[in-house]
Amino acid sequence: MTGQILAVLAQIALVLFLSPLIMGFSRTLKARLQTRRGAGVFQPYRDLYKLLRKGMVIPETASWIFTATPYVLFSTTLLAGLLIPAISAQAPLSLFGGVLAVVYLLALGRFFLALGALDTGSSFGGLGSSREMTISAIAEPALMLAVFTVALGAGSTNLSAVAQAALGQSWRFLAPSQMLAFAALFIVLIAETGRIPVDNPATHLELTMIHEAMILEYSGRYLALIEWSAAMKQLVLMTLLVNVFFPFGLSAGWSPSGTIFSLLAFIEKLLLLAVAVVLVEATNAKLRLFRVPELLAVAFVLSAMALISTFLF
Amino acid sequence: MWPIGELYAAGLFVYALGSLGGLAGHSARKTGAWLASLLCLLSLVAALLEAGASVGALLAKTETVAWSLYSGVPYLSYAVRLDPLSAYFNLALSLLAASVSIYSLGYLRHGADGGTPGLFCFFLNLLLFALTLVFTASNVLSFLIAWELMTVAAYFLVVFDHESAESRKGGLLYILMSRGGTGMLFVGFLLLATAAGSMEFSALHNIGERLTAFSSTLAFVLLFVGFGVKAGIIPVHIWLPAAHPVAPSNISALMSGIVIKTGIYGMARVFFDFYGAAPVWAGMVVLLVGVISGGLGVLYALMEHDLKRLLAYHSIENIGIILMGFGSALLFRSFGHPQLAALALVAGLFHTLNHGVFKCLLFLGAGGVFHATGSRNMEEMGGLIRRMPATALYFLVGAIAISGLPPLNGFVSEWFTYQALLAGFGATPELTRVAFPIAGALLALTAALAAACFVKAFGITFLALPRSEEADNAREVSPAMRTGMAILAVACVLLGLGATWFLPVFDPITNQTFGIPISGNLVAGGGLLLTAGAVRNGSVSTAVIALLLVALGAVPLLLWLLWGRKSARASGPTWDCGLPGLTAANEYTATAFSKPLRMIFAALFRPRREIQAEFDVSPYYPKAIRFASEIQPAFEKHFYDPLRVGVLTIASWMRRLQAGSIHAYLAYIFVTLILLLLFGVRG
Repeated sequence: MTGQILAVLAQIALVLFLSPLIMGFSRTLKARLQTRRGAGVFQPYRDLYKLLRKGMVIPETASWIFTATPYVLFSTTLLAGLLIPAISAQAPLSLFGGVLAVVYLLALGRFFLALGALDTGSSFGGLGSSREMTISAIAEPALMLAVFTVALGAGSTNLSAVAQAALGQSWRFLAPSQMLAFAALFIVLIAETGRIPVDNPATHLELTMIHEAMILEYSGRYLALIEWSAAMKQLVLMTLLVNVFFPFGLSAGWSPSGTIFSLLAFIEKLLLLAVAVVLVEATNAKLRLFRVPELLAVAFVLSAMALISTFLF
Repeated sequence: MWPIGELYAAGLFVYALGSLGGLAGHSARKTGAWLASLLCLLSLVAALLEAGASVGALLAKTETVAWSLYSGVPYLSYAVRLDPLSAYFNLALSLLAASVSIYSLGYLRHGADGGTPGLFCFFLNLLLFALTLVFTASNVLSFLIAWELMTVAAYFLVVFDHESAESRKGGLLYILMSRGGTGMLFVGFLLLATAAGSMEFSALHNIGERLTAFSSTLAFVLLFVGFGVKAGIIPVHIWLPAAHPVAPSNISALMSGIVIKTGIYGMARVFFDFYGAAPVWAGMVVLLVGVISGGLGVLYALMEHDLKRLLAYHSIENIGIILMGFGSALLFRSFGHPQLAALALVAGLFHTLNHGVFKCLLFLGAGGVFHATGSRNMEEMGGLIRRMPATALYFLVGAIAISGLPPLNGFVSEWFTYQALLAGFGATPELTRVAFPIAGALLALTAALAAACFVKAFGITFLALPRSEEADNAREVSPAMRTGMAILAVACVLLGLGATWFLPVFDPITNQTFGIPISGNLVAGGGLLLTAGAVRNGSVSTAVIALLLVALGAVPLLLWLLWGRKSARASGPTWDCGLPGLTAANEYTATAFSKPLRMIFAALFRPRREIQAEFDVSPYYPKAIRFASEIQPAFEKHFYDPLRVGVLTIASWMRRLQAGSIHAYLAYIFVTLILLLLFGVRG
């Protein structure tokens, strides 16, 4: 029981404190690829610290929805992070919700974020909210089908069981179905975390904003919670990809030595995936909004092919 | 032991009393208001009595009340019984009827448009009476009589505001399509009853296996489409978005909450009681219809900015989700997997109740908004969360539930549906199995679009600045109306968080149909976990998720304690790009919100728009802009319009027979008589 609680606390700490690092790493690497120096790997921590201490301006038109949104978003994203196996195949809380719960918890956070954006009354909020809900809805079938392919391979929607099954066959990612599912989820990852070519996290140009348009009115502590949630969401989705498809180094239990090794392997895998995402970002231009569905349709076809090839190979 | 029969009979009696009371007082105008209150209280009492009877029947786990009354005509009798399936639907009805009755106490205080409150209560109680009988009738004759009584009572309630042309038109479409559906039911039931040699439902158990292949197929299709008309499956759904919005709001709530569920009840009865192992194609058809109804239902809902029409389209979507569960259950039974069939059936039946609860709640909320603003058009609303905080909160609960988001009840039944679909992959032969995950992916699309739609519905209606004077002056609805909504909102939460304690309700039903009490397989961890047949297949706990969501709030609290206590919190205007102040005209509209999806699915919607700008000097500085946008209703245009033209052509051709001359008619009668005599002599 105490072991369980310690594992939960360890994972809370991991999700909270690792997520800004991945964000900072991505930004710095992107800056280097654009021949800029960048603000440094630890800048997101400094940003969060500063925002948490700053005062806030709440729009006069906003209701309690606007105030509740950062908290709901933060709780749902953090909880999703606890259901996913990160440094041990035994995620501490995975019995209480499998991959469906993860996807739907993220959806609950997004639901509130979109409402919070509409609550301000500004056109930007509505614009971001409308686009976010559209893109996430179109991404959903590809996400689910790819997830189903993996879950069906493991015979369970429980993510610990999926990770255990993956551990049993570490080289399984070479199977066509796994590669196709990974490709589909990679596209979904880019869409869901608002990266180029779907959305540009660094822009405040009104015609192209999606995520930034929704959070335009947030400031201070609330903005910190939302930014942190975005970083955690990225970590959650990346963890899903790396640990389900490439379970190398993942420890089966919670033994101290295994966990430390597992942590190092985990960070390394995350950084590699972040490099892949940044390379996509640095070598592509942002798509027009109405070209995004085509990209996501590609993801859907990939995941459908992944599914069909599970019983061919 | 529980006096189940007495409670059931008393409930029916009180409904009848309420109905007759309404009829007696239908002309009372002055005393109308308190008479209506009295009659609403009567229906509340009746609903509570019926709820008691249903709970008792479910606890008894077997068929309890079984009465029949000889009609005087050979082979025909009136009969009722409360078997587990009937009791379950009757329980759902009672819950909704109770909250709608309380809501109506407030709703009818200012009278009912188009008639007296007494007359309204006559039809309302008659509808509830008929619905109870539909769910409990135990032979074909009683069922069809109750069915028609329900249809007629519902028709008069839809057209209650008979001075509005829209109501009359919606009502006409409803009654026409219902008639067609009942016709199919008649033939379908007769095919079954002929084979069984009896009209009793108990004699029809597993009759499907004894039919010839042809009449089995024919009866299945007729009964599926016949019940499908009432349930609102695509493509026989068109009456639903026409009739539900125009009815008074408490009636819309009942229509979408429970009246369309009579179609689902009929399907459950036919699929799982009358048919044994149905052929594979039957399950596939039901699954396919479910997927199509789910997807198209939500897509059409997204294009609506009439709040009640939007909700009506969502009913089609949710019927689709229910049918995904039913279709999978049929397939599993065909392939010999009773455990999985029971899981899928539970998914469908649970979603039936859940949809009833949150859809009823949402319609009551929409009714409150209509009551306060006098409009159903979302583009004229906004800012209602400040003016009607309670209604907004309840509507939000319903919106989260219908979007299938954790930890509320919609999530639980959608989770079971996903699990049933996933299980289908391993349990069926090669070609069939691909259908399941694809259906699951489309369910995911449907649910995500529903979330988008309810962000729009809630956000545009309740948030930001009011878009019209009526919305600005809106007032919170009366306590009775709030209570009606509160009961359903609490039910959404309880059915979500307490799902593990509710699941044993399905045991007698799955025991009756598949011989397995399923809840033992679906609940684990000391009543904490919901599982997909076994913990290793996947598990979830809505209660723990809810608890953790609250507990994790400690992290932001800690951060605030550490660094945030001294930070200032000011209120300021929303960023307006430097223009002089933000107005409601700057807000996103419902039409704008759904524009990306309208363009992405343009092949389906075929949107048409028209923009006219007036300007003095340059087209870049317009004085006024007129914008019109519409989508093409595909089914109406490509299926029903040709059908209507065809029917009218045949009718005008047949009119030649009816020349209006009495000689011609006498000749027809004479010829018919001769033909009949010849037929008789030959036979």
